[in-house]
Amino acid sequence: MIRHIIHLCAYGIFVVAANAQAAEIKVAVASNFANTLKEIAVEFQRDTGHQLAITPGATGKFYAQISNGAPFDVFLSADDETPRKLAQEGKAIAASQFTYAIGRLALWSPSPDLVDKNADILKTDKFKYIAIANAKVAPYGQAAVQTMQKLGVLSKIEPRVVQGESIAQTFQFVSTGNAQLGFVALSQIFENGKIKIGSAWIVPEEMHEQLKQDAVVLQSCKNTSACQALMDYLKSEKIKKMMSSYGYK
Amino acid sequence: MLTAEALQALWLTLQLSTVVTLILLVIGTPIAWWLVQTRSWLKRPIGALVALPLVLPPSVLGFYLLLAMGPQGPVGQFTRAIGIEQLPFTFWGLVIASVFYSLPFMVQPLQTAFEAVGKRPMEVAATLRASPLDAFFSVALPMAVPGFVTASIMTFAHTVGEFGVVLMIGGNIAGQTRVASVQIYDYVEAMEYSQAHSLSAILLLFSFLVLLALQMWRPQTKREV
Repeated sequence: MIRHIIHLCAYGIFVVAANAQAAEIKVAVASNFANTLKEIAVEFQRDTGHQLAITPGATGKFYAQISNGAPFDVFLSADDETPRKLAQEGKAIAASQFTYAIGRLALWSPSPDLVDKNADILKTDKFKYIAIANAKVAPYGQAAVQTMQKLGVLSKIEPRVVQGESIAQTFQFVSTGNAQLGFVALSQIFENGKIKIGSAWIVPEEMHEQLKQDAVVLQSCKNTSACQALMDYLKSEKIKKMMSSYGYK
Repeated sequence: MLTAEALQALWLTLQLSTVVTLILLVIGTPIAWWLVQTRSWLKRPIGALVALPLVLPPSVLGFYLLLAMGPQGPVGQFTRAIGIEQLPFTFWGLVIASVFYSLPFMVQPLQTAFEAVGKRPMEVAATLRASPLDAFFSVALPMAVPGFVTASIMTFAHTVGEFGVVLMIGGNIAGQTRVASVQIYDYVEAMEYSQAHSLSAILLLFSFLVLLALQMWRPQTKREV
């Protein structure tokens, strides 16, 4: 009998210890990185036992939510400014901030031969709508505007521009055919080092400001070691390789 | 206090809600009348269909409308066949989406009003040799006026409050599809909280006044009955 009780106690301690080790990390992630993060989450759980609870969304919206007490542990932003701002306001741990990925922009259409190598399509009237992410708030939207400016086509195209709330919605406008083409994140149309479907122009990096995407541990993170484990994991060679197959640098 | 773009968004919201209310008065009245009069087995399925937007997430409605009105969708192919290029990202696209979205807010109060009129006045009119159409316009319609007021106010207010559907099919174009609720969302995302505040306060005040007006209207109609 006593032996049974000892066994039970030992088992109980074991379960508690195991739970303390395998934590759930709540991650707020920019829409463009959500799919990549889902793949990473599988590997991460296999390697560390920690689980990721992923919430995709627009970076500006996350800023509002986090500064008003949203209980996320880690924030993977679409820019480097928002994490810095959160750190300044005491909502994030400044020392933990680093660039986890550099995003690439692509002009994309699901039809196989609409977008050409030099993006000359932008100088034509062959499309009725072109979708971009919200240029006021989304880094990918700002990069799209800078690119069109640099090509000297912005004023001509502007009346035909429709804006998605996030890069995910921008992709949705194009993939449903409601906009014939659009500036999306390369990660949305890229897999195993090539374009999945349709035609695309991968925008050269000198066309726009670099799309630095920073990660930061939030002040509300309860399990610091688990949060740090995720940050370290994102820096690992294995994950860097995975990201580049999704079109990140 | 309000910027030019906030005013533009408010003006657009006003236009959208007015157009939708007028269209729904025309479409909703016969539907509500039919639902009250009919003995067809279709009554319940149609009634459920009309009520669907009450419980359906706006994202579902927006998603299906985006697919249906897109170039490969049935509505999109139809509009193209009759020479209208495309509905998403246009004012009229929003009008059509809002007509679906606000349909129950027009039909259900009207249905209640027509039911309250009852069969008796119509039968009396018929014995006086009024045609059914004549009886409808000279008897049922005037008696249901309070119902029309309620239905119109509800429809108008509900369209003002529309957000999810517009977000999904609007494309956020200034003066075309960027209504007040979307403009507020934009302000919040851009961290321009003071602008978001002034526009939000206006909508809050508006919504309260509308509901207050409905509350004051109600006891009055009771007395009339």
